[in-house]
Amino acid sequence: MAPYESDDNTPAGEAEDVRAGRRTAARYVVPAAVVGVAAATIGLVPAFAGSGDPDLPKISAQQLIEKIAESDVQQMSGTVKISTDLGLPNLGGLQDSLASGALSQGAGDKDGSAADPSSKLLELASGTHTLRVAADGDNKQKLSLIEKAAEYSVIRNGDDVWAYDSGSNQAYHATGAGDRHGSTSAPEDVPATPKDFAEEALKAGDKTTSVTVDGTAQVAGRDAYKLLIRPKQSGTTVGAISIAVDARTGMPLKFTLTPASGGAAVVDVGFTEVSFARPAASTFDFTPPKGTKVTQGDEMKGHEGKAQPKGMEKALPKGMDERAEGTGPKTIGEGWNAIAVFDTGSKGGVPSGAASDGGAAAGFLGSLGDQVKGKFGSGTVFSTRLVNALMTDDGKVYVGAVTKDALVKAADAGK
Amino acid sequence: MSQGEQVAVARASDSRRPGPLWTFGLLRSELVTTFRRWRTLALLAVLAGVPILVGIAVKIETSDGSGGQGGGGGPAFITQITNNGLFLVFTALAATLPFFLPMAVGVVAGDAIAGEANSGTLRYLLVAPAGRTRLLLTKYATTMAFCVVATLVVALSALAMGALLFPLGDLTTISGTRISFAEGLARALLIALVVAVSLMGVAALGLFVSTLTDSGIAAMATTVGLLITVQILDQIPQLHALQPYFFSHYWLSFADLMREPVYWHDLTRNLGLQALYAAVFGSAAWARFTAKDITA
Repeated sequence: MAPYESDDNTPAGEAEDVRAGRRTAARYVVPAAVVGVAAATIGLVPAFAGSGDPDLPKISAQQLIEKIAESDVQQMSGTVKISTDLGLPNLGGLQDSLASGALSQGAGDKDGSAADPSSKLLELASGTHTLRVAADGDNKQKLSLIEKAAEYSVIRNGDDVWAYDSGSNQAYHATGAGDRHGSTSAPEDVPATPKDFAEEALKAGDKTTSVTVDGTAQVAGRDAYKLLIRPKQSGTTVGAISIAVDARTGMPLKFTLTPASGGAAVVDVGFTEVSFARPAASTFDFTPPKGTKVTQGDEMKGHEGKAQPKGMEKALPKGMDERAEGTGPKTIGEGWNAIAVFDTGSKGGVPSGAASDGGAAAGFLGSLGDQVKGKFGSGTVFSTRLVNALMTDDGKVYVGAVTKDALVKAADAGK
Repeated sequence: MSQGEQVAVARASDSRRPGPLWTFGLLRSELVTTFRRWRTLALLAVLAGVPILVGIAVKIETSDGSGGQGGGGGPAFITQITNNGLFLVFTALAATLPFFLPMAVGVVAGDAIAGEANSGTLRYLLVAPAGRTRLLLTKYATTMAFCVVATLVVALSALAMGALLFPLGDLTTISGTRISFAEGLARALLIALVVAVSLMGVAALGLFVSTLTDSGIAAMATTVGLLITVQILDQIPQLHALQPYFFSHYWLSFADLMREPVYWHDLTRNLGLQALYAAVFGSAAWARFTAKDITA
């Protein structure tokens, strides 16, 4: 009979039990060690990967901005991560319905297609999302929003613009993208890529702003310069905007907006992966599969030029300022302290859309804001980490990336 | 039980010849015992039934030609089944991966050691000069073989059903690009393998639990209970800091293989996490089993 170890050891003495106990304990060191090594790896690898900023020749802010302006990247593809933390109150589904109500008021669209781009945009307004971008020249671009086991893609290939939502198996088609005033309506101008965010930020750069080069960094495995933009004025909620610019191509790779109040970035958009090789031609070919419901862009009434990619422009942070587009806002102040004022015409201090739902909604919205009083009367301040809005009881709305006090001051002055 | 003892004796006599072939003999006899059990066959039959049900349901719902897709409900890819029958494979895997597959694996893994101890055959197995480590490895290999077989049963049943009820042909990836049917099939096979590997963590966990007790039922119930608990915890938003370390957290990442280009980020995380679970609970099972008193 073959020998075997630990059977029949019931009458064994206590000493043997202790030895067996020690042996078991010693063996459990192995799984414990595996856990330890794994924890150390998870904890330390990002720390090492993040260290060691690249050595690049010194460059002035002016030169760096020129580099961005000269940058002419025609072919690229990459993965972009967008994190937004506006500090909106967490209302779950209610937030979506309120927000989409607000958006549809401004844009005046009400249609059913899940593949319609504008219905996807508000998703980007909170949380972390992963996007994929690809471009090959002026005529072919693709933007995909990566979702759980699904993907939402907007594909432009010459005159055709397709949007495909694999989750609901619906597609959206519009033609004539080439005819429209190219540069503003093409998907390349979706401010979802770091480039567009950077351009937005640079546009704001005037006397009110300090622009400096703040060292170097590694972004998506590439060496990059960091451009730091800070408001010189006080009263704004914007703390700083940092843009990482690829040292070789001059393409912005990362855009970070931090609030003056400190804490995590409000908007953080950056490539996690980027390649400047030509993407495969098949990337931009889309034929709707059999069984997919296709909505034609031209079939939608009241959309016209606004329909397809222009809706995309309503993303953050530009969208925050433009939401009021339809009502024709006035602007007070300049630079970072600009405050948009518009008159909703309705008394009661809540947006007309919600007010029509009755007093309950008004009371609910009121509970989200803080009551303030001033020379202008009284009103409600709704604050997020970046944008504050003051809604006065006589129906005026003041919105801006400024502090509450600045809003009240503006309201007092407007009286 | 008598059958089990016979097998055990057969295993013991098989193992007189030492060497690598001998290990193979042990593995083969384990595989035969596992796959000949009625319990195993019943589990596989249930798994094969899921895609058939899903396929028929989708067919009936869309038979009026309206293509009635209503929003994003149901398991992943379900809306695309009408485009291409191959998507039924992905839907079926997405539908079975959260519960049916790991439950079946939990039953097989939980039974691996505790079941033998329960029926009194474990000591016969150890009578052979197999060594406990080798027996444990063989048990784990058998469980992993069951993972692969179970996944392939779901995939093949879904493929047959998809071919029967829906059109096949070139398919559109979820990124909107087109790939040929052959490439689609290759990806389906790859996805099935990724799903099987995703179950590695549960299998190791089940094996560890199985070494803790002498009751097969208790081991199975504990494994399946842990599985359900982790799935529930994975849904609680307040625990999001912990969730990336739950073995089930990246399970649905196999869907990323249907993107073009493939999005590897979550896939590699999933594979790494499964390897980690296998290493931790595999070595814990080894620590427990090699030092355990075998009383049954």
